[in-house]
Amino acid sequence: MSTTPAPRNHHILSVLVQNRPGVLARVASLFARRGYNIFSLAVAPAEDEGMSRITIVVDVDSAPLEQIVKQLFKLVEVVKISELDPRRSVERELLLATVRTDAETRSQVAQLVDIFEGKILAVGVEALTVSLEGHPDKLDDFEALLSGYGIVELQRTGRVALAKIDRQARLRAVDTGKGKVG
Amino acid sequence: MSTSRIAPGTRMTGAQALIHALEHEGVEVMFGLPGGCILPAYDPLLESTIRHILVRHEQGAGHMAEGYAHVTGRPGVAMVTSGPAATNLVTPLMDAYMDSIPMVGITGQVPTGAIGTDAFQECDTVGITRSVTKHNELVMSADEVTLAVRQAFHIATTGRPGPTLIDLPKDVLQNETRWEWPTDEEVAASLPGYRPTMKGHPRMVKEAARLILAAERPVLYVGGGILKARAAEALRELAELTQIPVVTTLMARGAFPDDHPLCLGMPGMHGNATAITAMQKSDLLIALGARFDDRITGKVASFAPEAKVIHVDIDPAEQGKVRRPDVPIVGDCRLVIEEIVKAIRDLQAGGETQADTTAWKSRISGWREQFPLTYEPSEPGNALKPQFCLEKLRDAAPEGTIVASGVGQHQMWTSQYWQFNEPYTWVNSGGLGTMGFSIPAAIGAKIGRPDRTVWAVDGDGCFQMTAQELVTATVERIPIKVALLNNSYLGMVRQWQEMFYDERYSEVYLSTDVPDYVKWAESMGCVAIRVEAPEEVEPAIEKANAVNDRPVVVEFRVDSGEKVFPMVPAGHSNDDVLVHPTQNDRREHLR
Repeated sequence: MSTTPAPRNHHILSVLVQNRPGVLARVASLFARRGYNIFSLAVAPAEDEGMSRITIVVDVDSAPLEQIVKQLFKLVEVVKISELDPRRSVERELLLATVRTDAETRSQVAQLVDIFEGKILAVGVEALTVSLEGHPDKLDDFEALLSGYGIVELQRTGRVALAKIDRQARLRAVDTGKGKVG
Repeated sequence: MSTSRIAPGTRMTGAQALIHALEHEGVEVMFGLPGGCILPAYDPLLESTIRHILVRHEQGAGHMAEGYAHVTGRPGVAMVTSGPAATNLVTPLMDAYMDSIPMVGITGQVPTGAIGTDAFQECDTVGITRSVTKHNELVMSADEVTLAVRQAFHIATTGRPGPTLIDLPKDVLQNETRWEWPTDEEVAASLPGYRPTMKGHPRMVKEAARLILAAERPVLYVGGGILKARAAEALRELAELTQIPVVTTLMARGAFPDDHPLCLGMPGMHGNATAITAMQKSDLLIALGARFDDRITGKVASFAPEAKVIHVDIDPAEQGKVRRPDVPIVGDCRLVIEEIVKAIRDLQAGGETQADTTAWKSRISGWREQFPLTYEPSEPGNALKPQFCLEKLRDAAPEGTIVASGVGQHQMWTSQYWQFNEPYTWVNSGGLGTMGFSIPAAIGAKIGRPDRTVWAVDGDGCFQMTAQELVTATVERIPIKVALLNNSYLGMVRQWQEMFYDERYSEVYLSTDVPDYVKWAESMGCVAIRVEAPEEVEPAIEKANAVNDRPVVVEFRVDSGEKVFPMVPAGHSNDDVLVHPTQNDRREHLR
């Protein structure tokens, strides 16, 4: 998936779950069982103790999305689901890449990193390891430019997202009738 | 139950806490089979008030728990050991999940230190059962046992009911803990993501009432949710207030009395032509606790094309899963129906009147007259007709008889030919279609309702899957009755091969004589009767009904060529329903 841009039909779900053993497996197996594709998934502890937030990017039309959200809600450990509108949320992702360089191209890559405001993490005789944090679209561009030099290894985290602060920062809360959408 | 009879802080083992917790949850009976890892839980059972039924196969324990839950509404409990016992429980768990049956599975697990080492009889029970339970939990400390039990019962019995499972490592059962009984508030606080919606949205309820009064061709499409919500009385009030005809799905047989003038019986693949066609031609389907299963809708794109849909279901995910409703109402069926009845009365009090449904009623009674369920009686000297046997069984059944069935032709004939006039008298495997369901389910039902006569209607294919539980029935003195319709075939498969595979019969013949069902049943301690001629049918049933101290098996040798009609072939439109061949001449009246 290294050069695949985020799908056009992508929806970002921010899912607050109880941090219990197996909760990620429950979420993942639900997607598999109902035949939905996960584009990316990131999970880490959330602000409340005992809770985790899972950011899931799915590639579906809105009708199946409604079904996904409702099925997710049926998982006992799922506390809250918000669909984040990309226009009204902040999205970030981290990219690590080791790029093949020689004496001539090293400075070119370093310059690229500089332009993108990334970091050089390690320098070798024939390679550089670089990092970039930012909007996933920016990472896509950076990755495409790096690929011209030869990417040896690449790891992206998958996106994480939060709603923008006020200025009508509207979480487009999904009505599930379950009465727990904030 | 939130008060405890045991002093908080009392020292005991995890196993004792488990059994006490089950007692506190009101468990009177459980079904199971001990083994290595669950052994600690079987020891305190000796001092418990809970009756334990020792099964011959763990699948039997699961289906017994289901049968018990079906007829009592209380959660059925099955307790088995780890590994193969846990995997044997998977089929009943899935069955209960599909049919929304409250059930709690308890499995032993290898000690916590051995988890993940491929220890003897270890399996990833919570992983394997994750997609066949509403919720499951691996309990890692003796201190967590009582909360896990409370959560399991709470989740299994509230909202859309379903199976839950608690996996208990051996050391968790052996370790010492101090008794704590979590309060209702503590249970709720431990499940912040679990809040089933009970009451319908007032605006939607009002909209539903308006649509109901305006409809000219309405049908009440009633599913198993009515029974789960104990809503049969509320449904009757709604039907009688509005005089709207009712169809009851396979899971809802008995939710509305078959002898009621408004009852059209079962719709779907093997429903009767009137119920199928009434839905198909209606302008308003009022779906109550039903889920638009493919066996009901046939080809979805051409299902009830002119109908608006009111969909009442406690599970939000059922709304719009198959058919987009015009009025979705998430809530408990009983509460929502009561709210709708009130809204209709309010509208009527305000001067609104109901649309004229006379023409619709007369169309329906025309179909009923022309397309009754029918079969051709057997010629003298030929094999019995299964429908004939079921009619005799039905007519001789004492009031309140409970019927359980397996899966296949015999199941459809029983649903068609029985008269279900009372809720909770029909126990079957609807969603999963589990062959072998009937005998263990009937045993569970008889335990739950010992005052009732319980008949298991079974096929010969089904019987051979779970008949060993008749040993359980004999030893535990649970006098169920089995009507075995022996047609020597996997009958429904045979019917499909005849109709859709050019009579190319592949791996579908079982045997007429092997096993000898009479000898087999007798060897298991049952009274056994073989019936081969029409005049033997009634006396055999009479004799079976008179036995009350042990199980009875009546083997009816029936016509293997008999097919279930009507039939909507899989994937076809309900408009293409195949009626009984003798009714083909008037087929165009269904248009």
